[in-house]
Amino acid sequence: MTGGPAIQALPGATSATETSAIETRGLSKRFGRQMAVDSIDLSVPRGSVFGFLGPNGCGKTTTIRMLLGLASATNGSITLLGQDIPARLRDVLPGVGALVEGPAFYPFLSGAANLHRLDTADRHAPSATRRQRIHEALDRVGLSHAAGKKVKAYSLGMKQRLGIANALLAPRELLILDEPTNGLDPQGTREVRSLVRSLAAGGTTVFVSSHLLAEVEQICTHAAVMSAGRIVAQGTLSDLRRAGHVQLKVITPDVGAAQGVLARLGLEPAVGRQDGADGQVTAEFPVDAVSPEEIAAALVGGGVRLRGFLVEGSTLEERFVALTGEGFEVEQ
Amino acid sequence: MLVALAGIPVLIALAVRLTSRVPSGRGPAFLDRIAENGLFAAVTGLLVSIPLFLPLTVGVVAGDTIAGEAGLGTLKYLLAAPAGRVRLLLAKYVGAAVFCLSAVLAVALSGMAIGALLFPVRPVTLLSGDTVSVGEAMVRVLLIAGYITVSLLGMAAVGLFLSTLTDVPVGAMAATIVVAIVSQVLDNLPQLEWLHPWLLSHYWLGFADLLRQPPSFDNFASNAWLQLGYIAVFGALAYGRFTTKDVLS
Repeated sequence: MTGGPAIQALPGATSATETSAIETRGLSKRFGRQMAVDSIDLSVPRGSVFGFLGPNGCGKTTTIRMLLGLASATNGSITLLGQDIPARLRDVLPGVGALVEGPAFYPFLSGAANLHRLDTADRHAPSATRRQRIHEALDRVGLSHAAGKKVKAYSLGMKQRLGIANALLAPRELLILDEPTNGLDPQGTREVRSLVRSLAAGGTTVFVSSHLLAEVEQICTHAAVMSAGRIVAQGTLSDLRRAGHVQLKVITPDVGAAQGVLARLGLEPAVGRQDGADGQVTAEFPVDAVSPEEIAAALVGGGVRLRGFLVEGSTLEERFVALTGEGFEVEQ
Repeated sequence: MLVALAGIPVLIALAVRLTSRVPSGRGPAFLDRIAENGLFAAVTGLLVSIPLFLPLTVGVVAGDTIAGEAGLGTLKYLLAAPAGRVRLLLAKYVGAAVFCLSAVLAVALSGMAIGALLFPVRPVTLLSGDTVSVGEAMVRVLLIAGYITVSLLGMAAVGLFLSTLTDVPVGAMAATIVVAIVSQVLDNLPQLEWLHPWLLSHYWLGFADLLRQPPSFDNFASNAWLQLGYIAVFGALAYGRFTTKDVLS
């Protein structure tokens, strides 16, 4: 783990490879002089829904390509479902469904024909159940009515659904979905969310890369945040949130008194917005030092008329911005 | 493309039919013989297609094999399926080889058909002066088709290799066709005679021996060995390149 807070979310893990669907050690990829992926240690527990976060161009897709054996790693090791990658790629990949950097299909073939072709490419896929599996996969993503339509007539969202259907062609132990909700309408996004939940409930590990934080916040149990080729935070979602700042907000007409009490407790109060007679005092709130109820008691004891008292954890978005920087520029 | 290829002998036969008289000794070889025996439409069609049209279509197909999938973005899904890189490469080469055969057969069969339709079909006088029956002559045409198919297999291997180098199919197609053309140009320079037996296209037009009685298979064998060499070298290069390639498209 390099840079940022290191949070491991494998309590009581006997052997990392047994309990992990994905495990990387010092994984790096260099393109020319640029380190696209810089020594990352990912640990995706089996059965988790793992959010892989990061701004555009931070190395998420490159990492996914290495996981699937599409690109070779410059350095480091990968274990997928307990097997070494790329050495055991052929044994592992049939159990892995993937959507990598946008769906891609033959435009002159129908959706079903495209799936048929991709399924035929997998030697392990039984041909006897092919039609049935294609039908079920299309049904699952709500494309049954467009199965016979040529892909060139599909909208972006439909192609995206077809890409997900491809990942679902066989029962998978692990799904790797790169930006699965790209181009989907709000309804489609909801469907993908419930699809991911139902897959996870069925025991499939789902690895979702995304830059949509709300998305990740809603469906994921674990997450890692990547920035400029490095992993800056990793762990369960609640761990990640907790690692962020928690803010205390006190609404009271006795601003001065409240400041005094908070300062005595070792906090650094700041005076916020004045709303009529009530003032707002805020302070960064270190969780371990003093509990909220003690602060409340101290304030009341100090004669502060409490009209509002709020302990607010940061959202994932605030955490994300804090970890990856505010700027709009694509990091190099 | 197969339809276009099949159209060539039809075009030739129609032209001969409409002008009715072809001055002997002008135009492609055997052209003057079509009117007297329809089977020659197939031979002439093949002969005319060899320098450019067949290499063009084979170049398009072979150049598209891997680069086409990469350009569409479907390559990553095939590999993640998993298709297996070696297996995919082999399947693509077999596909290209099947196209070589279909392309040549399209010319040969449509030639025989249009020839039979527009002109009389009779026993054929071979280059050695012997005359063979119509059935035997058709076998000879198919033998020539086999010879030309083999001729194109080396080029298909070159195309396969070039196709692993790029994500832009048009680039690989053009490069493959350029290789075929350059090979033919070099084969026409007497100063480079030492190089000629090693050129991809050296035996392309050397099927005349199959029109003798008995047919001589010397050229057929030399050609097959040469093409096999090209397949081995460029197949190995394609393997080396493709199995280590980072698929980033």
